[in-house]
Amino acid sequence: MDTVINLFCAAVLAGTPLLFGTLGEILTEKSGNLNLGVEGMMFMGAIAGLAGAYFYEQIFTVPSGIVAAIIAVVFSFLCGVLGALIYSFLTVTLRSNQNVTGLALTIFGTGFGNFFGDVLAGRAPSGYAAVGAEIKSVFQGIKIPFLSDIPYIGKLFFSYNFLVYVGVIIAVLMHFFLNKTRAGLNLRAVGEDPAAADAAGINVTKYKYLATCIGGGICGIGGMYVSMVICSGVWVFNCVGGIGWIAVALVIFATWSPSRALLGSLIFGGLSIMRLYVPLGIPIQIYDIFPYLATVIVLIATGIRQSKEHSIPKSTGLNYFREDR
Amino acid sequence: MSRLFHHSPREGREPLIRMVKRPQIPWAKANLIRAAALLGALLAGALIILLLGHNPLAVYADMLEGSFGSKVSRTETVKIAVPLLGASLCVALAFKMKFWNIGAEGQIMMGAIAASYFALFHHQNMPSWLLLTVMCLAGIIAGGLWGLIPAVFNAKWGINETLFTLMLNYIAIGFEKYLQNGPWKENPNGFPKIAMFAAEARLPRVFGVHVGWIIMLALVVIVFIYMKRTKQGYEISVVGESKNTALYAGMNVKKIIIRTMFISGAIAGLVGFIQVSGADFSLTESTSGGVGFTAITVAWLSKLNPIIMVFVSAFLAILQKGSNRIQTDFKIPASAASVLTGIILFFMLGCEFFINYRLIFRGRKEKRNGYSN
Amino acid sequence: MSEENNAIRLVNITKSFGSVLANDSISLDVRYGEILALLGENGSGKTTLMNILSGIYYPDSGTIYVKGQEVKIPSPKDAFNLGIGMIHQHFKLVDVLTAAENIILGLPGSVRLNRKAISAEIKKISSRYGFDIEPEKKIYNMSVSEKQTVEIVKLLYRGADILILDEPTAVLTPQESDKLFEVLKNMKNDGKAIVIITHKLNEVLAVSDRVSILRKGCSVGTVKTSETNRQELTELMVGHSVSLEIERPEINTKHGEYLKIVDLTCIDSDGHKVLDNINFSLNGGEILGIAGIAGSGQRELCEAIAGLYPVKGGAILCRSETPNGPVNENIVGKSPTEIIKKGVAMAFVPEDRLGMGLVASMDMVENMMLKSYKQGKGPFTERKKPRQMAERMIKELDIVTPGVSTPIRLLSGGNVQKVLLGREIASEPSVLLVAYPVRGLDINSSYTIYNLLNEQKKKGVAILFIGEDLDVLLELCDRIMVLCDGKVSGIVNAKETTKEELGLMMVHIGDEKGGETA
Repeated sequence: MDTVINLFCAAVLAGTPLLFGTLGEILTEKSGNLNLGVEGMMFMGAIAGLAGAYFYEQIFTVPSGIVAAIIAVVFSFLCGVLGALIYSFLTVTLRSNQNVTGLALTIFGTGFGNFFGDVLAGRAPSGYAAVGAEIKSVFQGIKIPFLSDIPYIGKLFFSYNFLVYVGVIIAVLMHFFLNKTRAGLNLRAVGEDPAAADAAGINVTKYKYLATCIGGGICGIGGMYVSMVICSGVWVFNCVGGIGWIAVALVIFATWSPSRALLGSLIFGGLSIMRLYVPLGIPIQIYDIFPYLATVIVLIATGIRQSKEHSIPKSTGLNYFREDR
Repeated sequence: MSRLFHHSPREGREPLIRMVKRPQIPWAKANLIRAAALLGALLAGALIILLLGHNPLAVYADMLEGSFGSKVSRTETVKIAVPLLGASLCVALAFKMKFWNIGAEGQIMMGAIAASYFALFHHQNMPSWLLLTVMCLAGIIAGGLWGLIPAVFNAKWGINETLFTLMLNYIAIGFEKYLQNGPWKENPNGFPKIAMFAAEARLPRVFGVHVGWIIMLALVVIVFIYMKRTKQGYEISVVGESKNTALYAGMNVKKIIIRTMFISGAIAGLVGFIQVSGADFSLTESTSGGVGFTAITVAWLSKLNPIIMVFVSAFLAILQKGSNRIQTDFKIPASAASVLTGIILFFMLGCEFFINYRLIFRGRKEKRNGYSN
Repeated sequence: MSEENNAIRLVNITKSFGSVLANDSISLDVRYGEILALLGENGSGKTTLMNILSGIYYPDSGTIYVKGQEVKIPSPKDAFNLGIGMIHQHFKLVDVLTAAENIILGLPGSVRLNRKAISAEIKKISSRYGFDIEPEKKIYNMSVSEKQTVEIVKLLYRGADILILDEPTAVLTPQESDKLFEVLKNMKNDGKAIVIITHKLNEVLAVSDRVSILRKGCSVGTVKTSETNRQELTELMVGHSVSLEIERPEINTKHGEYLKIVDLTCIDSDGHKVLDNINFSLNGGEILGIAGIAGSGQRELCEAIAGLYPVKGGAILCRSETPNGPVNENIVGKSPTEIIKKGVAMAFVPEDRLGMGLVASMDMVENMMLKSYKQGKGPFTERKKPRQMAERMIKELDIVTPGVSTPIRLLSGGNVQKVLLGREIASEPSVLLVAYPVRGLDINSSYTIYNLLNEQKKKGVAILFIGEDLDVLLELCDRIMVLCDGKVSGIVNAKETTKEELGLMMVHIGDEKGGETA
C-alpha cells in the first residue's frame, strides 16, 4: 500500500512539468498553431525562474520565500511568453513555416537556457548557481494543518508543492474556458477554420497571438518546475532534457482535452520514476527509455483510431492569410 | 490584407500597416534582403554580447580567429562541418518529401553503434580495408532501418512522423547508454566508457582530416543529382507537393516514403560511422552531439539545395568552433553557438516574408504596379 | 431613386493581387428594397469587389459610402457593424460546431455561454422568416442547403440589412434555387438591400431588379432588368457578341461500349455508402453527363474508375483500342499504374486541378512528365520529349505563359485547365473522365474546353463529363445520368429532358420522381 501511494506521489511530482507543457501546447494548438518549441520555451522558463529567484536572493539579504516563488512564477511565465511571442510573430505575422519555426525555437531556447545558466553559474562565487534553503523550502511539499495529516488521503492529495495545485487549477480553468465560454468557442473556431472565424468577425490574429503566448507562458512555468523543484533550485546543464517533447506527444494522447492531460501526465510521470519503485531487474538505462517508448506506443494507438470530434484542430500547422486566394 | 497590429480603439479605420503580396522579386534583391537578415541576426547576437559586458567586435573576431587562425583550428572546423553536412543531406531528402524527419540524431547513433560493434569485436578478424567497409555498410543499414520504422508507420497508418522520429532519438541514445554502462563497458569496475578503436578501425586522413570530408563532398554531388535528375528524385518532389497528385500519377506513395526514409536514415548512419571511425575513435553518448537538430537549420537555410548546404554547414561549423574559443577567452558559454544559430534562423525565416510581401503604411498611397493577365 | 435610399455606394474601387489587377476603378451603388445582380464572368472581379465590402479584402484605393457616410471596412467585424453580411460561395462555417455555435460565433455577450437561450432566440428568428433549422445539429451532418440556411440565419441574427450572396445557387437543385429566390424576394420586400453575385443569366433575369456588369475587373455599366435581355447582357459581360449555343456534334459511326460499370459500390472511411450499386455503360463517340447535388458520389465515381478510390464491390469493364488491337479488362481494384500496364487507355481530368491533376509548384515540363516519367530505361528522367510536348501544347492550345519553365501555379485558371486537359488528351485515351472541367473558367476558356471535348468525341473517345451547370449538361452531353446520394436515380436522353426533370431526379431516387418537391 505504501509503495503504491509513494509511486502515485512521485508520479504526480514527476508528471507536473509534463502537465504544464501539455496544457500550454493544448491552448496553443487550439488556435491552430503547432508550436514544436515547447522544449525551448521550457528551457527559457527554467532559467528565468531560477535567475529571478536567485537575483532576488542576492539583492535582499532577508529573502521571503513567498516573494521568491511569485517572482519565479512570473519570470518563467514571461520568458515563456517571450519565446512564444517570437514564434507568433514569425508564423502569424510573417507567415513562416510552423514546423521549422518551432524547431528553431527549441534550438534557441535550449541554447538560451544553457547559455544563461552557465553565465549565472560562472559568475556565482561558488561556481554553481543555487538558491538558498529559505527559497528552496517554498518549492517543497506543503503542509496544511489537519488535511495533510489524514492518513493516506493527506499524503495523496495534500502533500505536494504549490505548483502541482497551480497545474491542476490551470487544467480545470482551461477545460471550463474551452467548453463553456464565448471566448473559448471563438478560439476553437479559429483553430478549426480561421477563414470562417474571420468572416464571423473574430480577430484571428489576436486570438492566435494570445493563445500561443499564454500557452508559451504555461510551458515556461513547467520549465521553472524543473529547475526549482526537480533540480532543487540549482542550475543543471540540459535539465529539461526532452520533457517538452514528451509534452507535445501528450497533447495527442490527451486528444486536445485539458482534463485528459491530467491523466496523461500522471501516467508519464509514473513511467519516468518507475525504476525507483518497481524493480523489474533490468538496467536503469532501459527504464529511462520507457517514457519515450510509451510515447511511441501512444502515437501509434491514437493515430490508428481517429475520430472527428476528438482530433487535432483542423487548421493546425497551417498559417492563415486572409487575402490568400 | 491583414493587420499587423490589432484593433485600434476606433473601429473602421484604415489599418496601420497592410501587407500585400509582391509580384516576383529579382533574384539579386531577394538575396540582398537575406544578407540584411543575416546582418540583423549578427547584430542581435552582438547586443547579447554587449549586455554581458564584452566588446562584440572583439568576440566575433576571436570566433573567426578560433575557427580559422591555425591549421589545427581549421581542421577542427572541418571536422565539425562534416557530420553537419551529412545530417543535412539526410534531413533534406526527407524534407523534400515533406516528411519531418527530426530523427537524424538517433539514426546517426544507430549507425554509430552498428559500426562500433564491428570495430570493437571483429577488428582482429579482418584487414583494415575490409573492416572499414563492413563498418560502413553496418552503419548505413542500421541508420536506414532506424529511419525505416517511422516511415512504415507513417505510410501505413499516417502516424505523426515528427514526434515518432524524435522519440526514436531518445531511444537510440538510451540504448547507447545501456551499452556503455553494461555489455560494452571497457572496464567492468571503472568509469562507464567504451574502449578506443584499434588502429585498423580508424579512417585514414587526407590533408590532416579524416577522409569523411571527401565522402561527404561526393555525397553532396550524388544527392544533388539524385534529387534533380532521377526518377526517384522526381517522385520525392511530387509526393512532397501533393500525395493526391502522386497517387493520381500512379506512384506508389507508401513505397516512396519508406524508400526515401531508408535512404535518409542510411545517410545518417554513414555519418555515424564516420564520426566513430574518423573523429572520435570510440562510441559515446554524444557521438551524434546535436547535429541532427542543427542540420534542420542547415537544410532549411539552404532551401534543401545540397550545394548551398556545403557553405551553410561550413558557416555553422565556424560559429560552433568559434564559440568553443570564446568560452576559453571570454568565459562566454559555448551554448552561445545554439543561441546564435537560433537567432539566425529566426531572422532568415522572417525575412522570407519581406521577399514575398510588401508593406503599405496608413495614409500612404500605393503606386500602381504593372500587371499581366 | 433618391440618394437616401442608397445602401451602398462604391467609388473608384481598385484592388490588385501581386501583378493581377482584380478591380480597376469600379463604381457601383446598391439600394434598399432591391435585388442587385452583380454579373460577370469567372475572374471578372465580382467576388473580390464584394469581399472588399465585407471586410475580407482592403482596397488599394477608392471610397466606400454606407448609408451616405464614408466608411472604411478593415475587417468583417466592421462590415457587420455597418449591417453588411456576406454569404460566401464556400460557406464560412466551422464543421465541428453546431448551427447555434456558428451563428453566435464572434459576437459580444456574456462570458459564459447560455446555450438554451441562444437556441431559443435562433428558433424565434428562423420561424419569423420561415426557415427550418436545428440549432444543435453539427455542421458536418448537414446538407448543402441546410448549411446555406445557417449562413442566412447567421446574417439575420447579426442584424444585417445589406446581404451579399456569392453564387448562391451553384450547389442547389433548381427547386431549392426557386425556394431561395422566394426568400430573397421576401427579404427585399422587408426593405433589405440584396446583392447576388452570379454568372448565370437566367437567375439574373428571374430575380433581380437591376444588373451591374463587370468585365475583366472593370465596371461596364448598370441596367434595369426589365429593360434588358439575354443577348445584351451577354455582350456586356463578354465584350463581344458570342453564340451561347454549345455544339453537340452527331456521331454516326458506332464504336460500341468502351466502359461498363456493373454494381459498383464504394464505402468511405465512416462506413457510409458513397456509391451504391451503380450500373451504366459508356459508348465510344459519346459524352455521358453526370449530374447531382454536390457530394452525391461524383468524385468517388471518377476516382473509383481511375483506380484511386477503394471499391467494395462490382466491376469496371474497360475496352481500349490500342495499336495491338482491343484490350478488354476488368480494372476494379487495380492501381493507376496497373491500369496503365494492362494497356487500358484511360485519361482523367480531376476536379482538383492543382491538388491532384498537376503539381502547382512545378513547371510545365515537369507536369508533362507526371504520368510518363517512368518511361525510358535507367534511373534518370528524360526531359527532352516532355519539353517538346509542352512547347507544342502552348502553341496548339494558345496557353498564355511566360515559358515552359514557369511554375504553373502562376498561370490563370483557364490556362491551368488547358495544360491538364491537353496532357490527358495527348495520351490518346479511349475513355476520358472529366470532372467539373469548366469550373472557375471564363466563357472563352470554357468554350475552348467544350470544343476540345467535342473533338475527342468525334475521334470516337468515350467521355464521362461531371458537371454542375445543368444548362451546359443539357446542351453538350448525349445522355445524362443523375446521381442522388450515391445511387443512380436515372439516365435520360439529354435532348428530351428538361432542367426541372433533372432537378427532381437530383433529390429523388428512381421511381419516386415526380413526388413532392423539396
